[in-house]
Amino acid sequence: MHRLRRTMMFIPGNNPGMMQDAHVYGPDSIMLDLEDSVSTTEKDAARFLVHNALKTIDYGGIELVVRVNPLTGEFGRKDLLAAVSGGAQVIRMPKTETAQDVADLEEEIDRVERKLGCEGRTQIMAAIESAQGVMNAYAIATVSKRTMGIALGAEDYCANIKTTRSKEGTELLFARQTIIVAARAAGIDAFDTVYSDLNDMEGFRREVELIKQLGFDGKSIINPRQIEIVNEVYTPTPKEIEKAKAIIAGIREAERRGSGVIAVNGRMVDRPVVMRAERCIELAIASGVISKEEVYE
Amino acid sequence: MATAGTLESGDILIELSPSARKGIDITLDSSVSYQFGEQIKKVITETLNGYGIDDAVVVATDKGALDCTIRARMAAAVERSAGVDIWDK
Repeated sequence: MHRLRRTMMFIPGNNPGMMQDAHVYGPDSIMLDLEDSVSTTEKDAARFLVHNALKTIDYGGIELVVRVNPLTGEFGRKDLLAAVSGGAQVIRMPKTETAQDVADLEEEIDRVERKLGCEGRTQIMAAIESAQGVMNAYAIATVSKRTMGIALGAEDYCANIKTTRSKEGTELLFARQTIIVAARAAGIDAFDTVYSDLNDMEGFRREVELIKQLGFDGKSIINPRQIEIVNEVYTPTPKEIEKAKAIIAGIREAERRGSGVIAVNGRMVDRPVVMRAERCIELAIASGVISKEEVYE
Repeated sequence: MATAGTLESGDILIELSPSARKGIDITLDSSVSYQFGEQIKKVITETLNGYGIDDAVVVATDKGALDCTIRARMAAAVERSAGVDIWDK
């Protein structure tokens, strides 16, 4: 089953109190940040905090992501060593502009993994935060086999294209759609940006509904209250679940008969419909609405 | 003297100085010093020893830090006091 990444909870790497509790709120992923949320004078300390937290704290099955500083600066390489040796599963690279940026990161990851004897373990998530990044989205998504997803970073992107963020998100539409299409063409995940107004949970819900409809796999989260809303929006409705169960049952019936044709309620069902049904069931199981046994007994 | 950490919940503030005397001299202020004081001091000492430091003065103000946080703050203090870069390889 494809790993669910509906919620990626963003934790500043210089905040040990938050780092030790993050998993309690049940996000699908946790991103420990060494970049923009950590001041320059604390980057050294945050690196140790993240490294030690990764090695020691039991985060259960939650995916562990570390956002490093750019490799071109003074912190990036050290962040990478600390993150990979700590056991991070994914490295989030900020401000990815070109495929070469990803290739350079991959080369450094290769080197560190060889030294540590853990080749192939670490994946990459490329954050796209500029016009150039958006224009290069497909190249960024495909240059490395380590890349598991691409994400939108809206704050820097809006500054770069010389506008500001709005509630409706009109200024983000092109970037969002480009990132989704590039991710799907590359066969990887697409992640949406942070929503920072914690006083407007209705606005947040509307944005989650929009990005789900656009096709995003998930969203960056900065507060535990946001997790519940994303999970609710991504939970299929009972009607959707019933339909998906019927399709899965149709597939299993067809397999039993040895037939290549799947029919549900007298209608032929083709591959995209099957894939959507499987994804619906995945989300329903992850949301705790149904059990695996109900569908696949 | 080098400092690392904060007084935020879950953290520990470390002030690390060289010592004229032998051994690790730790002054610990913690609301859980009765239950965990020895453990906190053990982690501080072990971390310093791991960096080859056997003589030092440590003033620690603990706000409920886990062992991994204590180790991280000690490592940062060592790096800052020695002016070395532990990750620079």
